[in-house]
Amino acid sequence: MGAVYLIALIVAAVAFSAGGILIGKLLNKGSKNPQKGEPYECGIAPIVSPWHQFNVGYYLFALLFLIFDVELIFMYPWATVVKEMGMVALVEIVIFIFILFLGFLYAHKKGALKWM
Amino acid sequence: MSLVEIIFWFLSGLALISAIMVLLSKNPVHSVLWLIAVFFAISGHYILLNAQFLAIVNLIVYAGAIMVLFLFVIMLMNQNAETEPRSKSTWIKLAGAIAGGCLLIVVVAAVRDSENLIQNIGGKAYAKTAVTTHGEIGLIENLGRVLFTQYVVPFEISSVLFLSAMVGAVVIGKKD
Repeated sequence: MGAVYLIALIVAAVAFSAGGILIGKLLNKGSKNPQKGEPYECGIAPIVSPWHQFNVGYYLFALLFLIFDVELIFMYPWATVVKEMGMVALVEIVIFIFILFLGFLYAHKKGALKWM
Repeated sequence: MSLVEIIFWFLSGLALISAIMVLLSKNPVHSVLWLIAVFFAISGHYILLNAQFLAIVNLIVYAGAIMVLFLFVIMLMNQNAETEPRSKSTWIKLAGAIAGGCLLIVVVAAVRDSENLIQNIGGKAYAKTAVTTHGEIGLIENLGRVLFTQYVVPFEISSVLFLSAMVGAVVIGKKD
């Protein structure tokens, strides 16, 4: 019985999003011109390609985000068992987060999180 | 075909088509988006294998964070169409075709005699679908219980690993 609900939900999800796009296409009677494809409808027209080389420093934000992402992954199984394990699990996760917090403090102190 | 098999074949097809589209897209950002589709299909496979935690990790870490890294790498490269070499030489194409063909032969040779991949239904051989309904170790609760009792020391040490990764990233990325 659960399988029927699953399929019904999948069909409903696809139909909902496809229906939205379809209705938008049907009701939209606008004309097509090259200006509509531009990033801004008014203001200064872009004169060069937006493909620029970015500062390598921005990569740091992504790396730090990845590390905290993995940290959160570890908290997910912890959250499911913390109730039955009680104080022990709490101490374990506090140690874990404290060590990572040191890294965060280091990055903050070095100014790695400042926007360039 | 049972429902699970239908889902299995659908996810497999989706993963393969998306993987091919990763290679065929001209725009590297489109490649990244197709790669996210591959990760979603693989996560579906993990759920079929009763490995919920792997599925979630795959979505959050790979489809989330690693893809951000990929986008940053693409942005760090200079992707101007004028500076990019448009056509590869014939020799490179030939070498690629030969290398890919060799890999295909090896994979087919390894798979076609494997007993584990074939199941008999009414005297006919069918490809086995990677589906399991038993095995509870992939469930998040069991994993958490093991991780926070038996393997608590490796868990705490892993935080030191993250710390070193963080410090390393800051030291390398912050030049001043």
